[in-house]
Amino acid sequence: MRRDIFQAIADPTRRAILVLIAMQAMTPNAIAEHFDGTRQSISKHLRILSECDLLDQKQEGREIFYELKIDKMKEIDIWLDQFRKIMEERFQQLDQLLYTIKNKEK
Amino acid sequence: MNLLFDFTVDKDTATIHITREFAADLDLVWDAFTKSEILDQWMGPKPWRVQTKEMDFREGGRWLYTMVSPENVSSGRWSLAEFVEIQPKSSFTTKNSFSDENGNPLDSNFTFSMTTNAFEAEGEKTVVRIAKKMASLAEMEQFVAMGYKEGFAASMENLDEYIRTLATSK
Repeated sequence: MRRDIFQAIADPTRRAILVLIAMQAMTPNAIAEHFDGTRQSISKHLRILSECDLLDQKQEGREIFYELKIDKMKEIDIWLDQFRKIMEERFQQLDQLLYTIKNKEK
Repeated sequence: MNLLFDFTVDKDTATIHITREFAADLDLVWDAFTKSEILDQWMGPKPWRVQTKEMDFREGGRWLYTMVSPENVSSGRWSLAEFVEIQPKSSFTTKNSFSDENGNPLDSNFTFSMTTNAFEAEGEKTVVRIAKKMASLAEMEQFVAMGYKEGFAASMENLDEYIRTLATSK
């Protein structure tokens, strides 16, 4: 079953899982240790994330590791795009501030 | 007013170039970039804001700051800008890295970026040219990965936005 990606991020636990595994590949047990929920509920979240095509699975010995499935160069482009947006917003905030300061001085 | 904004990335040198005009004179724009009481008012990506812990604007001095949520909670992530070179009312260069709340670098071998801000008066406007040289694309990758753990700009919303962008670009 292929799910919509918005379903993946609609849930706060799933968002937190993505943040966790963005840093490093983790086993389901290691992921579950970060949450209060049961192992079963974490498994369910992992299944949904897999169905959204956001997870890669790697087998190492007996363990399965999950990692975030994102192309590296694409990550940089997305980051740059995000950085650009942040800078744009920042400068718009400064525009308003400069305007306010100038009016005060008058 | 339409103000110039130019953002380019030179991947070969891992440098981001930003040019931006501001509708204010050079003195005021210089202050806005160098005085913490003004920086704190515009640097934060909404709804977060920047809170300065230390500001010592002189060569060899540093600016230590964090992001604070609308609930007044620090992101727990501290940024350090060390002033490497200052040419008053003209330009200044900072070495940017991440630190603990006392300004001790998290990784002394890792400089996230070197940033030069150059200021030039143009009639009633001021043009600011920013050159941000990242450590390297490889280290930027590392930062990007790290950024998602910490939440770039300390915000979960950015991750949502990021995944949404990813979804729409497929």
